[in-house]
Amino acid sequence: MSNELIQTNSAKLTVAFATALVVADTQIHDDLAYNSIKEWDSTAHMLLIAELENVFNVMLDTDDIIDMSSVAKAKEILSKYGVQF
Amino acid sequence: MNATAAPVSLITGASRGIGRAVALHLAKAGHELILVARDLTALEQVQADCQALGALVSIHAMDLTDRDAVTALFRHLHTKLQDKGLSHLVHCAGQMQDSLLAMTRLADMDKLLALNVGATVQLCQLASKLMLRHKAGHLLLLSSKVAEAGSAGQAVYAATKGAVSALVKSLAKELGPNGIRVNAVAPGFIETDLTAHYSEEKKQQLTAQISLRRLGQADEVAAVIQFLCSNDARYITGHILAVDGGFSL
Repeated sequence: MSNELIQTNSAKLTVAFATALVVADTQIHDDLAYNSIKEWDSTAHMLLIAELENVFNVMLDTDDIIDMSSVAKAKEILSKYGVQF
Repeated sequence: MNATAAPVSLITGASRGIGRAVALHLAKAGHELILVARDLTALEQVQADCQALGALVSIHAMDLTDRDAVTALFRHLHTKLQDKGLSHLVHCAGQMQDSLLAMTRLADMDKLLALNVGATVQLCQLASKLMLRHKAGHLLLLSSKVAEAGSAGQAVYAATKGAVSALVKSLAKELGPNGIRVNAVAPGFIETDLTAHYSEEKKQQLTAQISLRRLGQADEVAAVIQFLCSNDARYITGHILAVDGGFSL
């Protein structure tokens, strides 16, 4: 996996989070956690899942949807589906 | 989702009865169809019938209680549909069982729950996730007249259909803000394979309780489902529409 592709995936992830949560790109960092901001509630979480599935062309298992508790965790979970960060 | 493209509808239980009738109705209405049932041969025949009406049709033979198979179907659809999205899930597959409570084997109850409730929940979960990508879609489930009214000798079946009605109301509230409608039809006594084993005497007894004094046909349920899947029904959600000739009055 090239560094360029990894950077692209990181950028795509940031945009996906920002789009789904309707927040600025600058608010997206590894430590950002579910329910830590009002924009990332349970409703937004489902939109986030749909956005991530769309952007990375994967279909996440229910356990992974439940476990996706932060941006860092999202990267870890997506790695299982072949998306490198 | 491209609003001008043909709607894409996934129909379960599509090889016979109400599911087959829905497939033919939606094919005529210009929907692209994804048909699911266990019986591949019967499914191929419905596919041919729908294609003759000009519809684009794919078929998938599977047992809906096989959770891995259902997940695999949606993984396939996730890739295949892309920007088209899934417009409607019409979940017609179901099982009926006539038995008094004391004569209901718990293993049979488990089978009924697995198909009528478990598979329904999983299908709604996966279909709504596809629909969320476009913030649009429609889940159409099959409840039953007996869900509200009850039926001696069908307690477990009625309970599973009651669960479907509760699911419709709850999901309509949960998914509505994301543009996804959820409805059900509640057929009364419809002449299909599910009721083919009823004796003439029993059919006559039931007919006497129906306001319109006749049994229903799968086509008549399918026509209502076609309406609920149309743009004319775009403001209808959380509704369980009886199609029973006045059986529930």
